[in-house]
Amino acid sequence: MDEITNLMHGFGVALTLPNLGFMLIGLTLGVLIGVLPGLGGANGVAILLPLTFSMNPTSAIIMLSCIYWGALFGGAITSILFNIPGEPWSVATTFDGYPMAQQGRAAQALTAAFTSSFVGALFAVILITFLAPLLAKFALKFGPPEFFAVQLLTFCSFIGTSKEPAAKTLASMMLGFALAAVGMDTVTGQLRMTFGVPELLKGFDFLIAVIGLFGIGEILLTMEEGLAFKGKSAKINFKVVWQTWGELARHWKTFLRSTAIGCWMGITPGGATPASFMSYGMARRMSSEPDSFGKGQIQGVIAPETAAHAAGTSALLPMLTLGIPGSPTAAVLLGGLLIWGLQPGPMLFVEQKDFVWGLIASMYLGNLVGLIVVLTTVPWWAAILRIPFSVIAPVIIVICAIGAYTVHSSMFDVVMMLVFGGVGYVFKKLRYPLAPMVLALVLGDMAEASFRQSMLASQGKLSIFWSNPLVGGITALALVILLWPAVQRLRSWLRARETQPVGDVP
Amino acid sequence: MSDPDPSSTGAPVGKRGPELGMAGVLAAIALVVIGDSLRVGIGWADDGPRAGYFPFYIGLLLLGASLAIVLGQLLQWKQPDPVFAERAQLRSVVAVLLPMVVYVAAIWGLGIYLASALLIGFFMRRHGHYRWPLTVAVSVGVPLLLFAVFEKWFLVPLPKGPIERLFGL
Repeated sequence: MDEITNLMHGFGVALTLPNLGFMLIGLTLGVLIGVLPGLGGANGVAILLPLTFSMNPTSAIIMLSCIYWGALFGGAITSILFNIPGEPWSVATTFDGYPMAQQGRAAQALTAAFTSSFVGALFAVILITFLAPLLAKFALKFGPPEFFAVQLLTFCSFIGTSKEPAAKTLASMMLGFALAAVGMDTVTGQLRMTFGVPELLKGFDFLIAVIGLFGIGEILLTMEEGLAFKGKSAKINFKVVWQTWGELARHWKTFLRSTAIGCWMGITPGGATPASFMSYGMARRMSSEPDSFGKGQIQGVIAPETAAHAAGTSALLPMLTLGIPGSPTAAVLLGGLLIWGLQPGPMLFVEQKDFVWGLIASMYLGNLVGLIVVLTTVPWWAAILRIPFSVIAPVIIVICAIGAYTVHSSMFDVVMMLVFGGVGYVFKKLRYPLAPMVLALVLGDMAEASFRQSMLASQGKLSIFWSNPLVGGITALALVILLWPAVQRLRSWLRARETQPVGDVP
Repeated sequence: MSDPDPSSTGAPVGKRGPELGMAGVLAAIALVVIGDSLRVGIGWADDGPRAGYFPFYIGLLLLGASLAIVLGQLLQWKQPDPVFAERAQLRSVVAVLLPMVVYVAAIWGLGIYLASALLIGFFMRRHGHYRWPLTVAVSVGVPLLLFAVFEKWFLVPLPKGPIERLFGL
């Protein structure tokens, strides 16, 4: 078993004192970010990324990925105690978590949520450990057409699986691509859409977009809702943890199902948020007492938390092996890889063994340490949420501004952050999804390069995307996922027509 | 925010205006993308596709999507307009957005530390109704902490203004 040897080597890399220190810092910051409104995994990592420019890449990714795990854990705390989802993926956790807290079972709900997160992540990391090397080996044979086909699959599955209207998903994605095209064209050296503005030469940085869209936009939304933090308090003691674990063991089927949904949604870029909703829905449908959901059913906490964490973790699988992130936060980490001078993709597993296996080992450790950290420190985090928003909000704005400035030491970026913040607010209000825009902004140049190389190879014929079974299969899958909702709508429309008397159809 | 606002009556803002406005902006961006792609060339040169080859189709798809959104709005014109936001809600959004714009402008002249202190102080007084001692403590303490973390620990220089020059930093 090559993987086991590599993994042990990875533990050797991750288990050094400085790396364990970075892990703890990352987890603590992550939980803090997850608890605070306006700061989330994606923009939290984006703000801290510039601080790691001078760090060794392995330590940097361990710290940043631990921020991600911490944020995943932290989202559950606010959902259960305050009925306020700190992160979009913990919205589904509020459905049953908050009622449990109201009934005085906050400690059980929190233990269930943290444990579920841990289990979901653990399965996803095991999946990464054994699947990632295989996928990377397989992807070494990929040429530009295959890479473009995989990117096409990513973007088609956004449109096909998103809950938002397809036109808005497409518009958001294309806006991302358009912004990515601004600046110098790397192939011909020509300037595109700069209109003589020197600041536009380097193009739009996705880190600025992430900080604005998710940070400033979220603050504006929170202000609009008018926050009143009226939370339940909770203390977790060992006895409650032990009892809850006993209860959790009986719901192993929910765990398995939710993990499967989460891993699938994470690898195909559905992301953690839809995974949590889908898993919650499935748990209710499969339950013998569906009416108890929404009233403090523990399975209603297990299902979304397991799926969200499994999805959040497995989103790193395509990022590491193919260079295609499965979630906005994975996209930011991918941007980090590029900044540290590492080329994401299959070659990473050949050339940067220390980095890859150190990261994978740190996922095991980070989630275990994270579980212990959150179980023991819940009351403190709940106390942070009692600080009024009139103090938290300006501090978050200041942190976002600093984060945007430090990316390129440029004030223009801070102004752009404000613009993206306004866009983020309006997009959220009008139900435009933000994730496709961020991913398109990150992948835009790569997608364009692989498309142009494919076109160069085929002299401009699109048939290259069907030229062999591999690329043809991926392209066909992309189109099926893209058109699936339309096919289903057509089918239900036809069925409705059949059941109605012919004369009634207008 | 819990600012009592007696003038917060009035009809809520409908969704249709913002929907059409956003789609219009997107369509305008699409036209800019298409126009600029045509300028740099969307065809083939001797060495392969030209710079506008890929963005041109991006522009077309963006234009198509925004037109589809407009069409969708027009098709449900007869249905009642869903609510975008209440007027009072929009007012609290503007109450944050405006200070943010002023803050970013202030960074230019005053440096980020002084501007941040003013922003935090403004929020705590205006929205939190805190007393002066606590307001001053927090609004001076946070920038000092940030200064220690960024300039001293991580050695990342942030924009400075007259105050920092006065201290010779």
